[in-house]
Amino acid sequence: MRRATSGVLRFWIVPVTLVVWELLTRATESPYFPPPSRIATQFYDMWLSGPASQLLLTDSALDTFGPSLGRLIAGWLIAGVLGIALGVALGRIRGLSEYTDPVLQFLRALPPPLLVPIFFVLFKIGTPTQLAVIVFGVIWPVLVNTTDGVRAVDKGFLETARVFQFSRYDILRRVILPSAMPKIFAGLRLSLSLALILMVVSELVGSNSGIGYSLLYAQQTYDYAGVWAHIVLLGVLGLLFNALFLVAEGRVLSWHANARRNV
Amino acid sequence: MLELVDLSHTYGSYRAIDRVNLKVAQGEVVCIVGPSGCGKSTLLRSIAGLIKPTGGTVLLDGKPVDGSPENLAVVFQDYSRSLYPWMSAVANVGLPLRRRGLDKKRRDAAAMAALEQVGLAGAAAKFPWEMSGGMQQRVSIARALAYQPKLLLMDEPFGSVDAQTREELEDLTLRVCAHHGMTILLITHDVDESVYVGDRVVVLSKAPGTVVGDLPVQLPGPRDQIHTRELDAFVRLRAEVGRLVRGMTPHRNTHGFGVETR
Repeated sequence: MRRATSGVLRFWIVPVTLVVWELLTRATESPYFPPPSRIATQFYDMWLSGPASQLLLTDSALDTFGPSLGRLIAGWLIAGVLGIALGVALGRIRGLSEYTDPVLQFLRALPPPLLVPIFFVLFKIGTPTQLAVIVFGVIWPVLVNTTDGVRAVDKGFLETARVFQFSRYDILRRVILPSAMPKIFAGLRLSLSLALILMVVSELVGSNSGIGYSLLYAQQTYDYAGVWAHIVLLGVLGLLFNALFLVAEGRVLSWHANARRNV
Repeated sequence: MLELVDLSHTYGSYRAIDRVNLKVAQGEVVCIVGPSGCGKSTLLRSIAGLIKPTGGTVLLDGKPVDGSPENLAVVFQDYSRSLYPWMSAVANVGLPLRRRGLDKKRRDAAAMAALEQVGLAGAAAKFPWEMSGGMQQRVSIARALAYQPKLLLMDEPFGSVDAQTREELEDLTLRVCAHHGMTILLITHDVDESVYVGDRVVVLSKAPGTVVGDLPVQLPGPRDQIHTRELDAFVRLRAEVGRLVRGMTPHRNTHGFGVETR
């Protein structure tokens, strides 16, 4: 009964917010705050009025989203692989983290957007720089969580592996990594949302394609409904990525959720 | 096949076991019993190579043991920390066989056969968290069986299950292990269990643990939870072991049991 009510409430909150927003923006008539109906129209015209063969996406949508999402996913995957590899090394090789910790903490404290000029010098302007910003910014949650996760492997699991003489590869692949997987996934999830932010930030400075560039363009041409449409787009993308991630996580970590429920 | 010579271990200034000497012959089931804190687990962990004893040697087939020996399996008390929750029962049982150079098909077949022997053929695809404690411990036993070790160590293997399951698992161990002719060293704090399961009961004293009694168990087989436990011989032997565990001087018995004490 209570669950049903909360379900209804959750679905109603969206239209209620939209209606209040619409009424307020219409009443104030500020050019900076267009009503959601106009934002939606703009959104539709820019991106969703395409042919069915392109899933209704317009050419402009494909040209804008394609490079952005490509960089986002590539950057996130590179950071994921590097973060897990480095995290395992730091967590399992005795003494390594003591040596490297000050350097890592220093690097971690640097705000990635401020490094854009340095990356410009190091890499070519465009995709390589943007990838570098994303990778540098989102690697930390994966790295830190992986290090924690591989350190926290239950002693009993490792003793079993030792008694039965598992190879080093099997210990890593079948004991340490699966055991650390819940923590690694928590890091990957955080990284994914950070990657979305850094993708936009990296496109705001020195780029000629992508969602960030398109957002900047809308702002510079006083297209405020367009600016808001971009903001909505980013929110929707964040929601979508999170949902997809949770589905993947549910599959990989079903043992974890169930094991905890049964304790 | 297994010989402990003056095996000692100290943690800092705490002496857990002190010059333990023990010889176990091939195919014997030896129960080690002692009061809590007598260094039983330290003893087992030294043999399994999980700790390096500070004194003495462990000889396996005449050769000193360094690290975890080949052909040795352990059934731990805490199955929840020994079975991998991200793997099904059959995968857990088959995992150690990767080292044996068997391909997937033969590993699975061996794992299934072992699960069948412990009565879990129908639960092969289940995950540990889908099973009761008794079932999980059966999987642990199946894993040890599939591995076909020469020496099986069991560390309070039935300490975390209810009384009924405990009896079932005792019988399973007797039946299956006798069938394989494995040498077993079972550690327990339960006097009854040591007499019921063992061919021999070795009693350790309070810490620092040392051997204070080594009694052969001569009970007619096959053993049975009800009949064996009501035999006069069982009752008397249990009393002997109980006295030794409590640190009392043993009765010089007149019933034909060779109680050797040091």
